[in-house]
Amino acid sequence: MSEVVLLIGTRKGVVVARSDGARSDWRLRPLQLMMSEVYGVGIDSRGDRPRLFAGATSEHWGPSVLHSDDLGESWAEQDTAPIAFPEDTETALIRVWQIQPGSEAEPGVVYAGVEPHALFRSQDGGITFELVRGLFEHPHRADWAPGNGGACLHTVLPHPSDPKRMLVALSAGGVYRTRDAGQSWEAANRGIQSYWMPEEQRFPEFGQCVHKLSQHPARPETVLAQNHFGVYRSDDYGGSWRAIESGLPSTFGFPVLVHPHDPDTAFVFPLQADSERMPPERACRIYRTRDGGQSWQPLGNGLPASGYHSAVLRDGMCTDFGDPAGVYFGTRNGEVFATRDDGESWELVAEHLPDVLSLRAAVLA
Amino acid sequence: MTATVVLPAVLRQSAGGLGRIPVEAGSVAEALDQLGREWPLLERRLRDERGRIRQHVRLYLEGVDISDLAGMSTPLPEGSRLHIIPAVSGGSR
Repeated sequence: MSEVVLLIGTRKGVVVARSDGARSDWRLRPLQLMMSEVYGVGIDSRGDRPRLFAGATSEHWGPSVLHSDDLGESWAEQDTAPIAFPEDTETALIRVWQIQPGSEAEPGVVYAGVEPHALFRSQDGGITFELVRGLFEHPHRADWAPGNGGACLHTVLPHPSDPKRMLVALSAGGVYRTRDAGQSWEAANRGIQSYWMPEEQRFPEFGQCVHKLSQHPARPETVLAQNHFGVYRSDDYGGSWRAIESGLPSTFGFPVLVHPHDPDTAFVFPLQADSERMPPERACRIYRTRDGGQSWQPLGNGLPASGYHSAVLRDGMCTDFGDPAGVYFGTRNGEVFATRDDGESWELVAEHLPDVLSLRAAVLA
Repeated sequence: MTATVVLPAVLRQSAGGLGRIPVEAGSVAEALDQLGREWPLLERRLRDERGRIRQHVRLYLEGVDISDLAGMSTPLPEGSRLHIIPAVSGGSR
């Protein structure tokens, strides 16, 4: 293992951090794409050189997708909009929430999840994108509602080996899956609650405010979901979900992350409630399961133990897929923490950054 | 009619470094359409794909906000100047 790159999207720009393979010596570049909200970052490691992506939104000048082929030395964007809704949709792009390279089976394919709810697909390595109409024209679309942060398609999970299959998640629309490369989609929310609904309507076909999905690359049928109240697991690629909350101090939170080498290990960052978006007991803690969600353990070695009020947003947790794996999370306090031992201990990678909105990491060959 | 679009410093990089761009246009909308053909990166900074001016962007024709005139249909007199101004707004960031 030679080097690790960590891409940090914040509310005021993007930071590229690099470390030796031991992840013990981090060097941070100065903030770039100044004053842009970077809700989505991506790293495409499939080619000879990694390509970095930033979904950046300027309050004045609008949204765009930029890329870097030199590990953040410079950033480039198309003169014409990389992502734009076709004229017949009568829709305008608000923000890019997710940039996800396709699987190894789809070289050159990159997906983008955006606001308002839509999925875009690139076939030129993430330079230009086209609307995936199969999802945009879904009959449920008119009834998808915005979450507190916006009407976003925030998670894109291409199947690791079958390019025709994919999961996406929307706030607030729920989970959808395709088996025909995006031509058609079905809601996949059976068992996930919408707690704000009357009791008899609490498990609708769609409309849930799912915050994040995560899956293991070697066992893609198993997917974990962090919902607006509720942590769930599916073992049939979203066909059905069951709650896996025993041991969690709260079921509200945003990110969820499956360990890249152990499908039964996963991490979440609980917050007290939607009306109290701060960690329980005001302690910065990651919760980990080692048994597929049957039980959860608090992890706080190296993390602020008291008086802590910040949160981790839905895309603020990631792994570098290295061996051993590095796991990272970033906070709205502008901190980034990393672990090299599956969460037994954490180290501060960065601090005093603007709110961390998104994180991705990769080991460089 | 020949008019001049005047850019703030922050947008000049999107127009090859130019601070003033001559346009042959009869209206504000036509001027932006010309910018879209010649400087698409600049044009998309100013309006979205539905053609709506971005919320924190203001256009002034000879010192008057076009929203106080005829909006995007505002005629451009010969020799006039159309200033692009980033609105002094925001603050939640």
